[in-house]
Amino acid sequence: MAQTILKVENLHKSYGKTEVIKGVSFEVKKSETKVIIGPSGTGKSTLLRCINQLDYPDKGRVWLEDVEITKPHIDINQIRASIGFVFQSFNLFTHLTALDNVRIGPMRVREMKEEEATKIALEELRRVGLEDKIHHYPAQLSGGQQQRVSIARALAMNPKLILFDEPTSALDPELIGEVLEVMINLAKEEVTMIVVTHEMGFASSVADDIIFMDDGMILEEGPPGKIFKNPKHKRTAKFFSKITQLEGEKAK
Amino acid sequence: MGSLISIELALAFLGLGFVVGIPLAVGEVYGNKLVKNLVVLPIVEFFRSIPALVLLFLFYFGASSLNLSLSPFIAALLAMGFRSAAYQSQIFRGAIKSIDVGQMQAARSIGMSKFKAIRYIILPQALRISIPGWSNEYACVLKDTSLVYALGITELMRQGRYIVARTFGNAILVYVICALIYFIIVHFGVKLLDFLEEKYKIPGYEIKKVTTRV
Amino acid sequence: MNFFEFAWSILPKLLPGALTSLKLTVLAISIGLILGIPLSLGRVYGSKVIYIITTIYIEAFRGTPMLTQLFILYFGLPSIGIMFPPFTAAVIGLGLNSAAYQAEYFRGAIQAVKDGQMVAARSIGMTKIKAIRYIILPQMFRLVIPSWSNELILLLKASSIAYMIQVSELVSVGRQIASRNFRTFEVFLVIAFIYFVIVEVLNRILHSVERKIKIPGL
Repeated sequence: MAQTILKVENLHKSYGKTEVIKGVSFEVKKSETKVIIGPSGTGKSTLLRCINQLDYPDKGRVWLEDVEITKPHIDINQIRASIGFVFQSFNLFTHLTALDNVRIGPMRVREMKEEEATKIALEELRRVGLEDKIHHYPAQLSGGQQQRVSIARALAMNPKLILFDEPTSALDPELIGEVLEVMINLAKEEVTMIVVTHEMGFASSVADDIIFMDDGMILEEGPPGKIFKNPKHKRTAKFFSKITQLEGEKAK
Repeated sequence: MGSLISIELALAFLGLGFVVGIPLAVGEVYGNKLVKNLVVLPIVEFFRSIPALVLLFLFYFGASSLNLSLSPFIAALLAMGFRSAAYQSQIFRGAIKSIDVGQMQAARSIGMSKFKAIRYIILPQALRISIPGWSNEYACVLKDTSLVYALGITELMRQGRYIVARTFGNAILVYVICALIYFIIVHFGVKLLDFLEEKYKIPGYEIKKVTTRV
Repeated sequence: MNFFEFAWSILPKLLPGALTSLKLTVLAISIGLILGIPLSLGRVYGSKVIYIITTIYIEAFRGTPMLTQLFILYFGLPSIGIMFPPFTAAVIGLGLNSAAYQAEYFRGAIQAVKDGQMVAARSIGMTKIKAIRYIILPQMFRLVIPSWSNELILLLKASSIAYMIQVSELVSVGRQIASRNFRTFEVFLVIAFIYFVIVEVLNRILHSVERKIKIPGL
């Protein structure tokens, strides 16, 4: 039985009077690629940010392996070092080269020596296919390249799982492919991932498990085959039909 | 010569201002409401609303009323240094605020504490962005060193006075030369700072120029 | 006498000094305004010669200390036969200096008015002068208010430098009072407080004026 890396129990989050996450619970197992889909603005990104506490959940508990990370006096920086996060807007450190971006985590957070940190950074940059751009600054890289560096940055911390918050939504269409390719390889290499995305192709072919969220709640959960073919809820079916409509028109 | 003293004074004031100004700015942007409103803002407002000359006298005479004997130089250093800190904190504050909020989030997301994030990610960028505004502050501080004349310190202006008095010289010539010297020092300093700005520029990243008169 | 009684007792004696400071400020900023607008217009729209002359003026006054400028006017000019009384020298010095700074603020504001405005004005047949008068300047005045308010406050503080050329403004009066009762520190605390209050009040007033004449969307 595969080990549970992440467990989320009854998460609630409100902004002011509006409740954005209304009691979400799920588990992620080791090496699993979990994809969260659903209409925009339904709390998917917020959910991700509540997991590594970039936003604080109002209610509910989260466990990373067997440590409850929502406990009040926990060292959140240690926890965040074990959870990778890839932002929609990349958020690379603008004053650092690609190499520095990737190795600053190991050097300053894990307090590794420069040699060791550089070795790790080079390896991760090679893994995402950017070994020839290590001395470039973010402003000199395309969107797709920046996002790949940010994935390398997350990987360099050797995290237990990586959270992807709509990683391709801010990219020009022709640049999406290179990022998805990296993510597909990671999934193949059994990296534990939670991905919030609108890329249905990725979801259907790479996900081990799909969560459909709407209006702050999980409506469906299951492997791609089951969800796409036999959605339980009318809402899910409606969502898919709209997507396939778009896909169909694109195909034309 | 008096001009060397003036430069020394300026550097001393700016230095103290820098050392105090950065914590003030960080406190204003990242501190909790208590720190911000009870400590930082009153200090900044106090030193910005009062004329430099009054501040100089305040520190100089204040010391003696507390039975501390402060040399004019130290009194001036404290008065003008803290004043520069107040102004510099606003420059840094503007620069820090102009940095995209995603930078801090990314830093926290790899496990950096707030302190580490400020030190390794925010400040390096903020300092680069501050250079134009700081160059303005340099010019102001250098010109304001002339005011320590009032405390009897022998800087450029007082030297000029001595020269006029001793040689019964052409007062206007002497003072115009003083003005010229100031102008040159300011000009070179600004050019130097411009050069530094170019040198430490982040390739490809346009630094927005923020020019505020202090 | 404790501090507060003392402070209360010297306030009326400081009043004339404060009024002089305010008079200085108002006169100087007016001179600055009257000179500054043509200076800025010259710099933006003028010929190369005018540009050079105005730039030299502005750089000279902004690149040298106010104290030096006042010394030149008050202590320097007599050696070539021109003698100004202290107050006059201060007004001229502060005014000319302020003109240089104001010119830069106006220039910034003029350049902030979008290019299309001038082009549009010319395209309906306005001369350059008419375009400046009816289209550019009205917008510029609104854009420049924040910097101009700042300048007013800066001038008020700079008026204290006039003490050094024997003008009886607030600091000077303060020192006179202090020389008689030796409570110099406390006198200056009161003076600092007076400046602080005036500056804060001015700030509030200027901000609300700013808000009232704002053009929506600009």
